[in-house]
Amino acid sequence: MSRYIIRRLLQMIPVALGTTFLIFAMVFATGDPLSGRCGERPCSAAYALAFTNEYHLDQPLLVQYGFYMGKLLQGDLGTNFFGNSVATELLTRYPTTITLALLAVAFELVIGVLAGVVTGIRRGGFLDNLVLISTLVVISIPIFVIGSLAQLVFGVQLGWFPITATQGTIGQLILPAMVLGSVSVAYVARLTRGNVAENLRSDYVRTAKAKGLTPGRIVGVHTLRNSLIPVITFVGADLGALMGGAIVTERIFNINGIGGFIFRSIAQRDGTSVVGAVTILVVIFLLANLLVDILYGVLDPRISND
Amino acid sequence: MTSTEQRTELTATDAGSGAAAETGSAPAVDLRGKSLWGSAWGELRRNPLFWISAALILLFVVMAVFPQLFTRTDPTVADLNRAREKPSADGGWFGYDSQGYDVYARTIYGARASILVGLLATVVTTVFGGAVGLVAGYRGGWVDAVAARVGEIFFALPLLLGGILFLFTFPNDLNTPLIVQVLKIVAFIALLGWPNIARLMRSSVLQVKPNDYVQAARALGANNTRIVFGHILPNALAPVIVVSTINLGAYIAAEATLSFLGIGLQPPAVSWGIAISNASAIGLIRVAPHMLLFPSIFLSLTVLAFIMLGDAVRDALDPKLR
Repeated sequence: MSRYIIRRLLQMIPVALGTTFLIFAMVFATGDPLSGRCGERPCSAAYALAFTNEYHLDQPLLVQYGFYMGKLLQGDLGTNFFGNSVATELLTRYPTTITLALLAVAFELVIGVLAGVVTGIRRGGFLDNLVLISTLVVISIPIFVIGSLAQLVFGVQLGWFPITATQGTIGQLILPAMVLGSVSVAYVARLTRGNVAENLRSDYVRTAKAKGLTPGRIVGVHTLRNSLIPVITFVGADLGALMGGAIVTERIFNINGIGGFIFRSIAQRDGTSVVGAVTILVVIFLLANLLVDILYGVLDPRISND
Repeated sequence: MTSTEQRTELTATDAGSGAAAETGSAPAVDLRGKSLWGSAWGELRRNPLFWISAALILLFVVMAVFPQLFTRTDPTVADLNRAREKPSADGGWFGYDSQGYDVYARTIYGARASILVGLLATVVTTVFGGAVGLVAGYRGGWVDAVAARVGEIFFALPLLLGGILFLFTFPNDLNTPLIVQVLKIVAFIALLGWPNIARLMRSSVLQVKPNDYVQAARALGANNTRIVFGHILPNALAPVIVVSTINLGAYIAAEATLSFLGIGLQPPAVSWGIAISNASAIGLIRVAPHMLLFPSIFLSLTVLAFIMLGDAVRDALDPKLR
């Protein structure tokens, strides 16, 4: 097991370096690094010089990248238009976004797995077709459309939920979390359905039946455990979409989290904030996937022992 | 792994195995010389989902090429007197938006940007990713290893986050022509999207390569070009086509999302993403929900059409489901 973890860690290093280099190359080397640093207007010569010095833009590319990584690892993401440190701005906002993300993941796991198990056991029934069609529809609607429509219907017209979530309390975040998790719910349901149906045909289920175990125990313990492993991998990989979705959801419901911060920075063309915040999200995404990979090895010994 | 890609792989999980099984069984089942694609077409023709999605796609493509066929109203002419007017039978079927633009005309003209981004991004990712996957799978060895490592790096950047960074560094403004704005979006989708197709093509090629007919062609003295283009590519293409079709929908959604966030296409460009972004201001949602509804329906139908088409093609190519 520890050998597996070490191997995953080592495999992670080139990917993390490569991805951060990709971001660096895009923003600082090929693009215009001063783009949006001074809002809509071009930057003054004095600012351009100070910026060049701060990011060592007159040095060779790899040296620039070294300085960039050094700053990133120290948590220095620069200062934005208002003279505030971007890292501090993110630190004050992350609890709201974490709450939103956890609620969304909980929603997608509970509803998605439930729907997947029910339809996986009885394939071809009315409920199965209902879930298949409704998931196809949900998958087709982009999240910003779902969010805007949910706000219109459940917030404005029916009044079941608060229209905005400016304070970021759990009660306010329920509707945004359901919006954020909606597309993933559809995928989790489809994935669970496929896995449960496949596992129910496997030998160990036949053995369990022959031993005289109750159907509840066969599905609830044996089948479910094996069916959930791919779901966990999916949820890990899906975090990237969840982060993108959080920017959209927080913009729609006016939530003061990291996503809302990124959206407002885009609107103000505040380059330091956008690049810093998005880079941090990508790094978190990479770390989360490493964690999921390790968890995968724990859950499925076949993976870690090969 | 980028989750949009993970998702489309999920939607098309059966594609790979299906195509491989098909190549093995098709000649035995059909002695009249129907090819893999011939029998798939026969299957496709009987699927109502295929006809529904094909009709929708045709409609949206015609809308993108000849919007004048659907409306005589100029989408760039605003009449503030009619701002936020509700839909009515005389004139504005879909009502007017907050600037007094005709929502129907804007929605019709909005198809062009989405269809352009979707088609171009899909062609570029499929051709480039497909070529990389084909070479990596056929050659193997160090070529394969390098392609896999490089692909991993691009794969690790989520589509939307990468798009925000990319478009922030290469910004659009009022004077950027629409086609340049579209090409920028296509460029970043291609940059982040190719490894998905490359992986799929590689695994598909690896399944086809050991087949007898490939060995036979080699024994008969066919050169690499002939083996690859005559035998491997036609038989390995099926899963790539399926996933590319589904991806097309995902790319359209990505473009609209970026435009919604104010970083994709920029006004005065007419696009569904921009229209929905303008409509989703809280004050407007109350007084003019039609501004939100119509572009949302068109956008979702377009994405749905491509996902359904991909599903239908997969079902046709997958003998397990027959």
